[in-house]
Amino acid sequence: MSDENDTVLKASGITKQFPGVLANDQVDFDLRRGEVHALLGENGAGKSTLMNILYGLYKADAGEILVNGVPMHLSSPKDAIKHGIGMVHQHFMLIPVFSVTENIMLGSETAHRKNKTESVFATLDRKEVAKIVSELSNQFGFQIDPEALVGDLPVGVQQRVEIIKALYRNASILILDEPTAVLTPQEAEDLFRIIHELTLKGVSIIFITHKLKEVLSIADRITVMRAGKVVGSVTPAETDEHQLASMMVGRDVILTVEKTTAQPKEDVLKVENLSVRDQRNLETVRDVSFHVRAGEILGIAGVQGNGQTELAEALTGLRKSESGKIWLSGHDLTGNSPRAFTSSGLAHIPEDRQKHGLVMTYTIADNMILCDYYHPPFSIKGVLQQNALDANARKLIANYDVRTPSPYVDAGKLSGGNQQKVIVARELSREVRLVIANQPTRGLDVGSIEYIHKQIILMRDRGVGVLVISAELDEIMSLSDRIAVMYRGEIVTTVDSSAVTREQLGLWMAGIIPEKV
Amino acid sequence: MDWRRFGFIAFIIAILFGTVVIVGMSQEPPILIIGSMMATTIAVATPLTLGALSGLFCERSGVVNIGIEGMMLAAAFFGWLASIYMSAIFKFPIAPSLIIGVIAAIVSGGLFALLHAVLSITYKVDQIIGGTVINILAVGVTGFLNRQLFFDKSSVFHGEVPHAAGILPIIHLPVKEGITALCGLFGSSDGCLVTANAIGKIFDQKPIAISAVLLVFISHHILFNTRWGLRTRAVGEYPKAADTVGINVIWMRYSNVVIGGCMAGLAGAYFTLESVPSFEPLMTNGRGFIALAALIFGNWTPIGAWAASLVFGASQALQINLQFFRESIPPEWGFFQNAYNVGQIPYILTMLILTGIIGKTTAPAADGQPYEK
Amino acid sequence: MEKKDLKEKFKALLVTVGDAVLVPLLAVFTAIIIGGIVIAIVGGDPFAAYKGLFQGAFGSVKALSETGVWATPYIFAGLAVSLAFKGGLFNIGAEGQLALGAVASAWVGYALPQMLGFDLPWFIHLPLAIGAGLLFGFIWGAIPGALKAYTGAHEVINTIMMNYIALNWVSYLLNGPMKDKNPLNVIARTPLIAESARIPPIFAGLRIHWGFVLAIVVAFIVWWVLWKTTFGFEIRTVGINPDAAKYAGINVKRIMTLTLGLSGMLAGLAGTVEVTALNYRHELGFSTGYGFDAIAIALLGKTHPAGVVLAAILFAAMRNGATRMQFLTQIPVDIISVIQALILLFVAADAIVRYIYRIRRSGGKVVLTRGWGG
Repeated sequence: MSDENDTVLKASGITKQFPGVLANDQVDFDLRRGEVHALLGENGAGKSTLMNILYGLYKADAGEILVNGVPMHLSSPKDAIKHGIGMVHQHFMLIPVFSVTENIMLGSETAHRKNKTESVFATLDRKEVAKIVSELSNQFGFQIDPEALVGDLPVGVQQRVEIIKALYRNASILILDEPTAVLTPQEAEDLFRIIHELTLKGVSIIFITHKLKEVLSIADRITVMRAGKVVGSVTPAETDEHQLASMMVGRDVILTVEKTTAQPKEDVLKVENLSVRDQRNLETVRDVSFHVRAGEILGIAGVQGNGQTELAEALTGLRKSESGKIWLSGHDLTGNSPRAFTSSGLAHIPEDRQKHGLVMTYTIADNMILCDYYHPPFSIKGVLQQNALDANARKLIANYDVRTPSPYVDAGKLSGGNQQKVIVARELSREVRLVIANQPTRGLDVGSIEYIHKQIILMRDRGVGVLVISAELDEIMSLSDRIAVMYRGEIVTTVDSSAVTREQLGLWMAGIIPEKV
Repeated sequence: MDWRRFGFIAFIIAILFGTVVIVGMSQEPPILIIGSMMATTIAVATPLTLGALSGLFCERSGVVNIGIEGMMLAAAFFGWLASIYMSAIFKFPIAPSLIIGVIAAIVSGGLFALLHAVLSITYKVDQIIGGTVINILAVGVTGFLNRQLFFDKSSVFHGEVPHAAGILPIIHLPVKEGITALCGLFGSSDGCLVTANAIGKIFDQKPIAISAVLLVFISHHILFNTRWGLRTRAVGEYPKAADTVGINVIWMRYSNVVIGGCMAGLAGAYFTLESVPSFEPLMTNGRGFIALAALIFGNWTPIGAWAASLVFGASQALQINLQFFRESIPPEWGFFQNAYNVGQIPYILTMLILTGIIGKTTAPAADGQPYEK
Repeated sequence: MEKKDLKEKFKALLVTVGDAVLVPLLAVFTAIIIGGIVIAIVGGDPFAAYKGLFQGAFGSVKALSETGVWATPYIFAGLAVSLAFKGGLFNIGAEGQLALGAVASAWVGYALPQMLGFDLPWFIHLPLAIGAGLLFGFIWGAIPGALKAYTGAHEVINTIMMNYIALNWVSYLLNGPMKDKNPLNVIARTPLIAESARIPPIFAGLRIHWGFVLAIVVAFIVWWVLWKTTFGFEIRTVGINPDAAKYAGINVKRIMTLTLGLSGMLAGLAGTVEVTALNYRHELGFSTGYGFDAIAIALLGKTHPAGVVLAAILFAAMRNGATRMQFLTQIPVDIISVIQALILLFVAADAIVRYIYRIRRSGGKVVLTRGWGG
């Protein structure tokens, strides 16, 4: 552990303005040698901005940064690296088509040599670097093949490559940005062990997250940010989840969603032996069978990248399936187009709202007819009906609480929460039998999450079948009536949500198959 | 670069060569025909090879360049202009005039590329539109100056096209002599001497053609085995990742685009200083675009792009060499008698290749995307 | 509609229009100034040159008529490129589509009656001639469109390749099978088309013809289809976000093929009208440069049909006036190409213009094309 005099990094009065947002407002932050200091906050609270400033990616408008007591002027990550700061970004900064060695040496190609030539045409010495990579990875018990292409490695291993990348550059301060977002609970435990070993070696860690349970188990100190400001600093001993949550959100938060017991009826979605290949032609969904009944919510739990994306695409007609059958309210829709699915009563809240769900340069009004533009009342004999379109937009904006000055604002100008509400409004306002919601609240603020969860439960109570796919265990736990766990493209088990604990789910998500439940 | 691709390239080249061999067999020994076809192929593939290398440096760093055509055209004009300026106005001897011409071509290619870099990197203009701007600007500027300088009586050339300094000469390597000497050891059989002759032809190339081949291998080394290459590829794949390890993305992109422009400039010099001693408006005739197709077919590698350029070179060589044997084309081969038909081959080949039926290729992941922090 | 919404809508419209008009105008202005500097550098008098240019373009009824004649193919070709842009496709092949459309119309115009052995009435012959041009233009656009949609082959290279193939063929046809057999003729051109396949001039004694009016009407139709019909909604959605289009149930591949086909059809129409309304034959080389000019016009007109019409008239005026400018000041007409390239440069890089004149960006960036990746 550490004492106050051992401060390795001190940032004070950091302010950063982006067009329209004050991302950091007079932020103070400090880090002591060998400690884990968690930075907690919602999406958009300004955590990442602060870290990007500490890492030299952004330039602060005001404020001062001291490293080991020396003022530091950061104009590029190069300066941060020179001062011993390393960062593992939420989206890994690795090049998939490069080998592990190439990724690690990039930017510091000759750092290991005695003769640190600066010549741009210096020949690469891959063997030498590979040796160092092996040594570093053995130290922490990683098993990493330096010759492997990074794109072929599982995310957990990629994260370790990132950590070695920082250690190769002699980092003594390590920033971890939402490191557990892509990990199973077990992998996260492993990461915590690594973090502990690093601190024993004198490395100081900044751990950024929005997950309350994690901070309580890993951090020595916790600083909470909200809307660009530091709300307060506490230690795990003197706080609990509820206090942290209300610090984060600024009001009391109900951590669970209230809902009655489900009244399931007939099957609306039936999937039999479905297999799907991704764009690299790998079979990412393997022989999956399940069903969703009217009036219930089936949650599909699983760590990102276990086939959920391809499954959702296959179930909505966006991707052809390799084999197997899909029935939607009794109709065999296997191999049909997305239009066939929507006209059979499917509502689809897609995983990537900016890519699939919205046309960012269209107005809200146009986006609200994106799936219905072709039939009356919006289109009569191939001609768009502006009045029907306007009326529809005004009605949905009011009913679904979309915060916008007018229906003619481009969707791209709305906040993430409001963009998602536009999609939810469009999809749920149709005559639907089945809702497929893929990561419906990813990256949203707590208010929007609560709202969207309520809408989903409302649909269930109206007798619609709901399939929720989420990597957030809490979301799955609080919404689902039944839970199916996906691991490596297969559904390893399906259980009643009342009969399962977080810990059990975590094990199953890691592929540890349950005995008969 | 997979073997399927090389196999396809070898197959097409074999067909193209075979056609000429069959037609011309009655007049010349096949080995000699193949030798001269290879020599022509390498020579006429020069602007394509260099154009593809130009695109390679741009696109590996993440900047799409469809302005190669325009860069070549501008370089062809300014290189030629510099050389005749030197010889006609300053009365320089031939060799220095030509060398200055080549330098001017490289510089003007680089300058047009710099404009492309400013547009696409700094001003984040849609890169395909930026490239189109380069192409249109090159046509306009060369057309205007060509008329203004050579047809306007008040210009320095008094409204006449001056006599050109000439073109770059063949650099003769004593390959033929060497093999002939070897033949002597085995009793100088006719076959051996003809072979020596044929191989000698292949090596009789002009300076830009030779440098193009050398640049293919130099580029390969730079791209895959040096710090510069590693960083260039990183910037073209995932610029943000490069940025986070302290690489200056903007600078890397600028440099590579300008290097690419210089290559296109050298390709331009081929037209007016190595191929023919004159300039005509629009004389690059789509080579810049075919070079891009070669780059894509070569899967963004120097050697692959070179191989693909040779296919296009071979189809042009077919057209040129068929001229010699026009009379002996059999009547049932009417298709080949029509020069228009033969002239279509490279274009149709390009389209065929782009469909990916010979195998899909993968562009650098960040190709065409401006970098924003 | 609520009052607040109306006001908001109006405000948004004002910003869009102001943005769409102001920047292109300043781009033209800047290009003309730089063009003037170039003229001065080569020893000319820019004021005299531009005066000659203006007179040549607008100075008389005849000049106006000729500007309209020049503008006609520019409008069609500019609409062609704009329509493709709206669908997220870059058509660099207007040149070839235009030439092929022209040849097809010319063939129907002169050869069909000979083949049939009897004359056709104009109300059958003229539509057939125009239809042939539309058809060939459509095919020549739809091929690269389909290749893009179904194989991912980039349309930029394919439309250029199709250009060379078309021009090669046209040159073969005009030098061979379709060459005017008149013993006095040495030019690569077709015979004159029959009277019954001709679009008449509007006024006797002037060359301005009904094709110009047709161009304006077609511009209106393109606007109406793009913004008022479901088909237009599909084209625009595919153009802006093909992933969202697929999600919305649109058949993206079909729309891509159709869009580039229709774009080619509009370019083909440019060639058709030149043959049936102006030259009454197709001659090799008449179409040089239309393809690139069309791109410049589409971008200057911000890919909006109304903007295209205005941009086309501007380009027509420059081309038309340049002859008089050259006559008066000995500045080669080619200077126009330089000025047009500069206009395109400043329109494409509007950030430069905004920087020079300190104009803030109001809307988001519009994506026009996509790279090789997809």
